[in-house]
Amino acid sequence: MTITETEGRTSWFIACKAEDVPVNGGVCVKYHDRQIALFHFARRGAWYATQNECPHRNQMALSRGMIGSRDTEPKVACPFHKKTFSLETGECLNGDDYQIKTYPVKIISGLVYIGIDQDEN
Amino acid sequence: MKIVIIGNGMVGYKFCEKLIAKSSPLSFNITIFGEEIRPAYDRVHLTEFFAGKTAEDLSLAPADWYAEHHIQLFLGDPIKEIDREKKLVHSVRGLSLEYDILILATGSAAFVPPIPGVEKNGVFIYRTIEDLELMKQWARKSKRGAVIGGGLLGLEAAKAMLDLGITDTHVIEFAPRLMPRQIDEAGSAILKNKLEALGLKILTNTNTTEIQGDESIRAMQFADQSHIEVDMLVISAGIKPRDELAKLAGLETGQRGGIVVNERMQTSDPNIYAIGECALYKNMIYGLVAPGYEMAEVVADHLVGGQKSFSGFDMSTKLKLIGVDVASFGDPFVQACDGRTVVLEDNMKGVYKRINISTDGKYLLGGILIGDADAYNMLLQTAKNKVILPPNPEDIILGSRAGETSGDSVSALPDDAIICSCETVTKENICKAVSLYNCESVDEIKKCTKAGTGCGGCVPMVKDLMLHTMAANGKYVRNTICEHFHYSRQELFDLIKINQLKSYDDVLDMFGKNDGCEICKPAVASILASLWNELILDKGNATAQDSNDRFLANIQKGGTYSVVPRIPGGEITPDKLIVIGEVAKEYHLYTKITGGQRIDLFGAHLSDLPAIWKKLIEAGFESGHAYGKALRTVKSCVGSTWCRFGLHDSVSFAIQIEERYRGLRAPHKIKSGVSGCIRECAEARAKDFGIIATEKGWNLYVCGNGGSKPQHALLFATDLDSETCIKYIDRFLMFYIKTADPLMRTAPWLNKMEGGITYLQNVIINDSLGIATELEKEMQLLVDNYKCEWKEVVDNPELQKKFNHFVNAPNEKDPSVQFEPMREQKKVADWR
Ligand SMILES: Cc1cc2nc3c(=O)[nH]c(=O)nc-3n(C[C@H](O)[C@H](O)[C@H](O)COP(=O)(O)OP(=O)(O)OC[C@H]3O[C@@H](n4cnc5c(N)ncnc54)[C@H](O)[C@@H]3O)c2cc1C
Ligand code: SF4
Ligand code: SF4
Repeated sequence: MTITETEGRTSWFIACKAEDVPVNGGVCVKYHDRQIALFHFARRGAWYATQNECPHRNQMALSRGMIGSRDTEPKVACPFHKKTFSLETGECLNGDDYQIKTYPVKIISGLVYIGIDQDEN
Repeated sequence: MKIVIIGNGMVGYKFCEKLIAKSSPLSFNITIFGEEIRPAYDRVHLTEFFAGKTAEDLSLAPADWYAEHHIQLFLGDPIKEIDREKKLVHSVRGLSLEYDILILATGSAAFVPPIPGVEKNGVFIYRTIEDLELMKQWARKSKRGAVIGGGLLGLEAAKAMLDLGITDTHVIEFAPRLMPRQIDEAGSAILKNKLEALGLKILTNTNTTEIQGDESIRAMQFADQSHIEVDMLVISAGIKPRDELAKLAGLETGQRGGIVVNERMQTSDPNIYAIGECALYKNMIYGLVAPGYEMAEVVADHLVGGQKSFSGFDMSTKLKLIGVDVASFGDPFVQACDGRTVVLEDNMKGVYKRINISTDGKYLLGGILIGDADAYNMLLQTAKNKVILPPNPEDIILGSRAGETSGDSVSALPDDAIICSCETVTKENICKAVSLYNCESVDEIKKCTKAGTGCGGCVPMVKDLMLHTMAANGKYVRNTICEHFHYSRQELFDLIKINQLKSYDDVLDMFGKNDGCEICKPAVASILASLWNELILDKGNATAQDSNDRFLANIQKGGTYSVVPRIPGGEITPDKLIVIGEVAKEYHLYTKITGGQRIDLFGAHLSDLPAIWKKLIEAGFESGHAYGKALRTVKSCVGSTWCRFGLHDSVSFAIQIEERYRGLRAPHKIKSGVSGCIRECAEARAKDFGIIATEKGWNLYVCGNGGSKPQHALLFATDLDSETCIKYIDRFLMFYIKTADPLMRTAPWLNKMEGGITYLQNVIINDSLGIATELEKEMQLLVDNYKCEWKEVVDNPELQKKFNHFVNAPNEKDPSVQFEPMREQKKVADWR
């Protein structure tokens, strides 16, 4: 079951309860056929969402990666070959030509909402 | 004076740099034309483009640099004609420019043999960033690759294909052996084995007669009528100097290409010079950067009135990147009349070393190193600087381990020894950079002296020199973990212990900065586990663990996990075997016996892990910690209970040891073995600690490794009783855990230890530091605190929740996981 609400160009769906996501870690969220990695970056009080697939070897694994930072850039490291990606821009930080998709996240009364651009639906 | 340079490659650029450094500003009016669209970049490290380096990373200097130095740079505009009479050059875009002095630095192009079909799509050469960009795109849809040419570049290209995900790659060499110009036959044979072990298929004596396919390559046909199917091909069959402009202008060129130059690098027209790979000096093309830079130096010097001349150049090389050490230096092939040859050949380990020594035994003339080229720089310098050899020159390739550190050997070199031949940087330059200018990292030394910025082969030696000089200056050398912690692992270990910290976040708050990363998180998590041995998923530490530790299983290709129950000493009852079989059947797992005498179950979905382990634990199994940097297995031979040679019961001892140290977390994995006699069926000497029965007790060996750089364990203590043996192991392991760097196994730990095995024996056996009791106590605490991690999860529904793929669809499995059948079991679909 998915519940969505729309706001401008973005429709928000409820991914899970905030407490379901490990502190400073990630989980994988299913949205139709899509897999989205959702991270609770508690040290910064921030939430991030990206595609779950690591583009390096096309593995559904980013949600199981470790998060952290490079300088001030928040990032996630794929558990397979430690390619790292910015959680803000989705850019690959090892210099490779990869780019991952990022999604907006908001928390309302303990529920995590992830935003999907309507053009993609 | 007007200087025009044709070719903005490595050597053309270096020439500008050198000329500017030597002359007063604006004394020359310099213009450089490049055919490529980018300013000169580091072609030597081109392959790193695949490993994530960008064109900017590879760039030698940005376009601004040229402007700052008043150099006119025209890119993407090749020169098409030289008018020697009027002293003019004409570019393709229609520019015409006068010169007083013209420099040809046009480099070379890949030589493409005239094989029918070379024009097809999917056939590449390997020379420019554009070539690599095209390859990268094409590789996405390729499955089978080939490289024509088994030389230095061909092998580099072949490894690049593997890294691009084309696991089925052939190397096709026309000659009877690989790298025929650099290494001898015996060396080639070993190299071939090693490359085959990496997954490359090597065809020597093979002549390609046709490249088949419609628009795109589909197959290759060979002269012996055989053929292979391929959908991507890289041609790396040698280089062809770019002398077409010179020819057109009537300059003298060699029969097989190359612009003829004298020792001042002047062509047959004294106002025109040629440098780099396009120049032919004494009938030789120098296809490496270092000689090209030397040529640039000679011309720059000449133009400011100097007297330097070129007199040939050392063609020593070391293959980079391929994952197999290969090097040749000096004269690798020496004839019997000119000297003698010492060869060390170890087919088992795949090591081949040959050195050629002058007849009087005094000097090193050259040699070949395969499988282990650590000594390359040292040997190259010994040969180049004519350092007098020790009385037993053999020793220099046998490799000394215990006691001697590399620092000792660099100190033996004379001050004027050239450490970086690309940039002509001497030992003295580097030591000064450290002592006078406080350079304390290789990067700083690179900036300050340029050493290591060319081919990069000297970097390990630069580092040794740096550390050695720092130590000699009484500076404290520290190896910090990452940007978040300015401490070495050992320092952090002590800090965490003294402050009794138990969670990653506490450690970060107290001693680190920012948010941590994938390097410090597992390093700290491992220290916490080594110190307190508490459940690693507790206290918010779960997300500081590597994925494997977080899910207590090894992540495998495709995103499923493998399950490895502990089977101490490799002993297992029929009933337990049946349970493993039943579990594997129920969850459709692929089963395989591992090298450590246990059974690995592959292909488990994340959400099935708790249920699988519940069954295993009910049958009496425990976690095997195959996922952790922890004790793996204690392998054993069957020993005196069954074997007619056995001196003691190796199985019982192995079980006792495995149960003692199970779950022990360390900087890296630890393996052990126990053999019942000197026949060593358990291969204990390949382990971090190994035990072999003797008539009187046990011999203990330490610091052996398998892995990519195998090393035998060294004899540590002899004829021990079981109790003393365990006491020493307690101390040894704890000392390792406390002092090693992250992800450092015991062999490199010992190799780096000043004083080597003798020092270690003193600490552990003679208690020279007075810490033996403490080490034992710390180990006992860990032993007492052991709990099976999987049992904790199976008993705790809260923890089990974390083992779902989808947080919002806990019952669904990852639909992207796909298997294919193979030999009555299954395998995971290949990387895409
Ligand atoms: C993959 C690879 C790995 C290598 N590894 C090593 C190594 O490990 N160690 C080592 O020492 N060497 C190595 N080399 C060789 C090294 O790169 C060359 O020796 C070096 O680049 C030679 O420099 P150059 O300036 O003579 O030629 P290049 O760097 O090729 O530069 C020549 C430039 O001139 C341009 N040009 C040609 N004709 C014209 C024209 N008419 N008008 C304008 N511009 C023109 C070309 O486009 C090119 O940009 C490697 C080479 C490759 C391709
Ligand atoms: S090592 Fe010795 S005791 Fe053990 S199986 Fe081999 S021969 Fe027998
Ligand atoms: S199991 Fe070990 S040796 Fe085999 S492919 Fe994997 S890492 Fe390499």
